[in-house]
Amino acid sequence: MGRYVARRLLQMIPVFLGTTFLIYVMVYSLPGDPISALYGDKAADKVFVASKRKELGLDDPLVVQYFNYLKNIVLHWDFGKAFNGQPVWNEMKRVFPISLKLATVAIGFEIVVGVALGVLSGLRRGKFADRIVLVITLLIISIPIFVLGRVIQWTVAIKWDLTKPTVGGEAHWADLMMPGFVLGALAVAFLARVTRTSIVENLRADYIRTATAKGLPRRRVITVHLLRNSMIPMVTLIGTDLGTLMGGAIVTEGIFNVPGVGYTLFQAIRLKEGPTVIGIVTVLVLIFLACSLIVDLLYAVLDPRIRYA
Amino acid sequence: MRGSTRVKIGTAVVAIALAATACSSSDDDTKSSGSTPGASAGGDGGTATGVYSYQSGEPQNPLQPANANENQGGRILQNLFRGLYTFDAKDGHPVPAMAQSVDTKDAQNYTIKIKSGWTFHDGTPVTAKSFVDAWNWGANAKNKQLSADPWFADIEGFKDVHPESGDPTAQTMSGLKVVDDTTFTVKLYGPVSSFTYKLGYIAFAPLPQAFYSDPAKFGENPVGNGPYQMDGAWEHKVHLKVKTFPGYKGDDKPKNGGIDFKFYTSAEAAYTDLVSNNLDVMDQVPTTQLGKYKQDLGSRAVDQPQASIQMVGFALYDPAWSAPGKEKVRQGISLAIDRDTITKTVFKGSRSPADSWVSPGINGFLKGTCGDFCKFDKDKAKALVAEGGGVPNNKITLIYNGDANHKEWVDATCNSIRQTLNVECVGEPKPTFKESRDIIQNKKVTGGMFRTGWQADYPLNGNFLADIYRTGAASNDSGYSNPKFDDLTKQADANPDLSAAVKQYQDAEKLLANDMPQIPLWYYQSTTGYSTKVSNVTYVWNGDPDFTNVVVKK
Repeated sequence: MGRYVARRLLQMIPVFLGTTFLIYVMVYSLPGDPISALYGDKAADKVFVASKRKELGLDDPLVVQYFNYLKNIVLHWDFGKAFNGQPVWNEMKRVFPISLKLATVAIGFEIVVGVALGVLSGLRRGKFADRIVLVITLLIISIPIFVLGRVIQWTVAIKWDLTKPTVGGEAHWADLMMPGFVLGALAVAFLARVTRTSIVENLRADYIRTATAKGLPRRRVITVHLLRNSMIPMVTLIGTDLGTLMGGAIVTEGIFNVPGVGYTLFQAIRLKEGPTVIGIVTVLVLIFLACSLIVDLLYAVLDPRIRYA
Repeated sequence: MRGSTRVKIGTAVVAIALAATACSSSDDDTKSSGSTPGASAGGDGGTATGVYSYQSGEPQNPLQPANANENQGGRILQNLFRGLYTFDAKDGHPVPAMAQSVDTKDAQNYTIKIKSGWTFHDGTPVTAKSFVDAWNWGANAKNKQLSADPWFADIEGFKDVHPESGDPTAQTMSGLKVVDDTTFTVKLYGPVSSFTYKLGYIAFAPLPQAFYSDPAKFGENPVGNGPYQMDGAWEHKVHLKVKTFPGYKGDDKPKNGGIDFKFYTSAEAAYTDLVSNNLDVMDQVPTTQLGKYKQDLGSRAVDQPQASIQMVGFALYDPAWSAPGKEKVRQGISLAIDRDTITKTVFKGSRSPADSWVSPGINGFLKGTCGDFCKFDKDKAKALVAEGGGVPNNKITLIYNGDANHKEWVDATCNSIRQTLNVECVGEPKPTFKESRDIIQNKKVTGGMFRTGWQADYPLNGNFLADIYRTGAASNDSGYSNPKFDDLTKQADANPDLSAAVKQYQDAEKLLANDMPQIPLWYYQSTTGYSTKVSNVTYVWNGDPDFTNVVVKK
C-alpha cells in the first residue's frame, strides 16, 4: 500500500512537468502582444512596452522562459508576477480558498441529495417515486446552468428575499449556499442517475439475495451490503467533480459574483497573463491528481478484492 | 490538561463571538450613521456621513496616478487625488481645483500658482514641488508608468527622461522649474492650447514625499490630497473603501461619508444587486438588461450621452482604398449604413446615431459636421460609390475583436452595406482584442475596414481630432494624411485663445467629411441607474457619477 502511494506520488512529477510545459507553450503561442493591449484603442508607448516586456521576460525564447519559471517555483516558491505587479501566489492564496468553499458546498449538496435520490429511485425502480426522480434529473441536466442560476437567484434572493443575491469576495458560508446549490445541481442529477443504475444492478446480485435469505434486516442489507458495493462508480464521479467544480464554475461565479478560480483564470487568459494562467492550472492539475489518487485508494477500502501492492 | 483544553476552546468561542459582533456592529455603524450628531446634512434630507457603494472592477495596475489608463483604477484615483483642474459636470470646461492661476501668453510657457494651505492625507503640505517631482517621476522611463507617453510628452526635457531607446540621460525635465512653495513654471516643446485640459487628467496629480521611498507599497495604499482618503486596506477582488478627508480644502466637498468601490465579476451580478438595493450606484447596465432596466428602475434609470464614439476606419495605406476619387466610395459606404435602425434594434437605445467625429458633451462638439454623409440614403450611396469607381474587388471585410459585444452590430452594419450597395461585406472577428489591435496598429488590415473607437481623455474636441487624424499621430490607425487638416490643428494647438482654438479644430473637423478617413457610427450613452438609498446622482461627461455630490438618504 505504502509503496503504491509512493509510486503514484512520484508519477505526479512528470505529469506536473508535462502539463506546465504544455500550458506554457499554449499561452506563449497565443497571438497578440498583451502589453500593447493595456493601452486599449489608443496608441501604445513603445518605450513602456519594451521595458515592461523585458521586465516580465517576454522576449526570451520559450525554453528559457519556461526554465526560469520552473526555477523560481522550485527555489523560491515564486509563481511569477501578474501584469499589475502582484505576485501570482498571493492571487492564488486569495481565489483557491473561495473556490474550495464553493466546491465544498456543491459537493456536500451533491452527496446528500444525489445519493438520497439515487437510492430512493433505485429501490423503487419503475414506481412513481423513481419516475419523478428521473424526470427531475432529466430537467436539471437539460437546463443550461445560467438559466437555472438566474431563475433561482431571482426567485430566492429577490422575490422571496431569503438571502443576498450575490456573494462578493468575503465569501461567507451562508452566502455561498445558493451558488453552491446551483453549481452542484448538475452533479446531483448525474450522481442520482449513476447511483440508481448501480443500485438496480446490485439488487439482483447473489450476495444481496443471500443476505436477505439468511434473514438480515432490510436496513442492514441496504446500507452495508447494497450501498457499500454500489459506491465505486459514485466515488469515481464525486472524486473527479472537486477539480471540475473548482476550475469550471465560471458561469456560476459570474452570476453570483464569486471571484473564484474560474473567473480569475478566464480573465488571465483574456489578458494573456501567462504566470497567472499557468499557476492556477498547475494547482488544478495537482488537485485532480490528488483526487484521483484518493479515489483509487478508496476502491480498496470499499472492495476488499482490490489490493494495491 | 483537560481543564486547559476547555479554557482554550472557551476563549476561542468568545473570540469568534467577538469577531461576529464586531462585524455586525460595524454594519450598524453604516446604517445608523444618519443619526450621528453634528453631521451636516447634504440636502434632500440626506446625511454627510452615509457611505454608498459603487459598481467597479479590480484596478488593473497599482494605484499610482501616472499608471492608471483604465477606468477602474482611474476613477478611484480621481477621488483620492486632486490636480490643478477638475472638469465641470455639465459642459466639461476646466474648473480650477488646486490651481490659483495658470498664466500663459503663448500657450508654451506657463506660470502656475497653486492654492496654499492644502495638505495630503498624511498631513504634509502640498507644494509646487509636490507637482514637479510627481511629473518628473511619472515621465521617467525607468519608472514604467503607463501614462508617461503621451501625457508628459509636451513638456520640454521629456525626451531626456523618456528616450526612444536606452537609459534616461536626465532625472528631471528641463521645462519644469520650482519658483517658490506655491509657484512653478512649465515650458513645453511647442505651444499646446489644450494643456490646461490635460492638467485635469489624473496623471498630473501631486504626490507626497512618502511616495518616493516605496512607490510599489504606495500603489497599494495611496495617500493623496483629494476629497476622499483610503478607509482600510485595498481588499483585492473584493472592494476598496474610501472615506471623506476632513482636511479637504477644495470647493467640491463630499455630500456623503465615503464610497465603497465594490468589485464585480460581471455586470449582470451588479445589476441584480442594484435591483435588490444591495448596490447603490451602477456603472453600466449590462446589455442583456437594456430592454427592461427602465421598467425596473423607473425614475432611477439614467440615459445620457458620454464622451465616447464608435467608428469604422478605412485602411488608407492600401492604395486600392486611398487612390484619388475613392473618397466618394468611402462616403457612399457611410451613406449605406442605417444608423437609426441599428441603434434602436441592436443597441436598444444605448447608443445614439453619430453625425460628427466628436461626441456630445465635449467642448467644441458641433452637430452635423458629417452632414448628409451620415444619413441613410440608398440612392445617393449607390451613385457616389459608382462615381468613385466602385468598391475595390466588390468586397469589404471589417476586422474587429470577437471578445467583446461587437459581433451583432458589425453584422448589422455589413448587412446594411451589402443590401444597399450589392457588394460583399463580411465581419472578420479576431479572437482577442490583442490580436485585432496588433493587426490594426501595425497597419496590416487588408480588407479595407476595421472597428475603432475613441474615449475622450479630456473633454475638448481637439482630443478627438488631432490625436486620431493628424499625419503621423500615434493613434492615426487609418494612416490618414491631409496637409490642410494638419495645418489647422497645429494652429489650434498653438492658439493661446482657447475659444478660437476650438473653432479651428471645428474647421479641421469639417475637412473630414470630404475625405471620410473613418466613418462615425454612434455615440455611447451612459445607460445606468441607482438604488432607492441614494439621491442627487448625476453622471458627468465621461460616464462616471459625480461622486462627491451623491447624497445618501437616512
